[in-house]
Amino acid sequence: MSASGGTRVVVVQEALLSKNKVFSEQNRSMFDAEGCLVLNILSSPGAGKTTLLERTLADLAGTVRMGVIVGDLATDNDARRLQSSGAPVVQITTQDICHLDAAMVQRAVHELPRPLPEILFIENVGNLVCPASFDLGEHCRVALMSVTEGEDKPIKYPLLFSTADLVLVTKADIAAAAGFDRDLAMRNLMAAAPHADVIELSARTGDGMEMWYDWLRNRQRKRGTDGDTQRRGAGVP
Amino acid sequence: MHELSIMENILEIAARHAQASEAAKIHRISLRIGEMSGVSLEALEFAFDVLSKDTMAEGAELVVETVPARCTCEACGTTYEPSDILAGCPSCGGYRSTLLQGRELELVSMEVS
Repeated sequence: MSASGGTRVVVVQEALLSKNKVFSEQNRSMFDAEGCLVLNILSSPGAGKTTLLERTLADLAGTVRMGVIVGDLATDNDARRLQSSGAPVVQITTQDICHLDAAMVQRAVHELPRPLPEILFIENVGNLVCPASFDLGEHCRVALMSVTEGEDKPIKYPLLFSTADLVLVTKADIAAAAGFDRDLAMRNLMAAAPHADVIELSARTGDGMEMWYDWLRNRQRKRGTDGDTQRRGAGVP
Repeated sequence: MHELSIMENILEIAARHAQASEAAKIHRISLRIGEMSGVSLEALEFAFDVLSKDTMAEGAELVVETVPARCTCEACGTTYEPSDILAGCPSCGGYRSTLLQGRELELVSMEVS
């Protein structure tokens, strides 16, 4: 094909982030082959991802083998907090990258002891925008929103919430003190995350944690039997 | 700023195709970006300016075709173009829908010499 001024047109028709798609599919096949249920945990900074996982690792220790991959821009503070549980924890320090991608996760998985855990939590970088676009090869996406963040988080960051399989409303013990309008939050979640289950909990008091554990056990039983992955990842229609 | 990662990917693909067709300079890059891909065009253009410096794509024109979102209502089967990601079905008001298009991220073509 030719174009004006001595230039010519090259037809490319290549999907962007296709590299991420290759890695995420490799990851998912590896997780499936090893019977490892993988959850991508997403939220803004400070919504309580690490506290939730600390409590989960402690409460479920001895009943199921768990592991964590934790992404942060800098520091290994979160990894050190989580390591006290005895579960294997691999830290990814992304330097200045605002999200985890499937290749980073693949490298981190190779640092985990074998066999892989029965449940692997991937604590993403605290960010409600960029991580939404990157499929890591997970089976479920879990989005956290804390009662202190305001009820409109789901409608301000609809892409992330619309791809969630579960929304955990965290810090429920201080909902009243934070002036949290529960009805409004639930309406917003219904609009932004119509496919997601919603559980309200407090990792500090333990309220609601049993529902989260039931959800996890249920997902473990259902693993591989539903189409969880169909809404994943921008650019991979 | 995941637009930086996306732009890195765009320039990688562009350079590979330019080399394959023995081009020395990229004049134009045409993209298709879905309305619901979560990509900010402004951030993408900024990333382009930064990352294309001193490459064969420096100074090239970035042309973006936006692909509107279209989805099918899971309750009543109506197919519609939502005005935004939070819009319900115009027929029944339901929120559960399956996206048919709108998440595209594609490098369509380039003009080179």
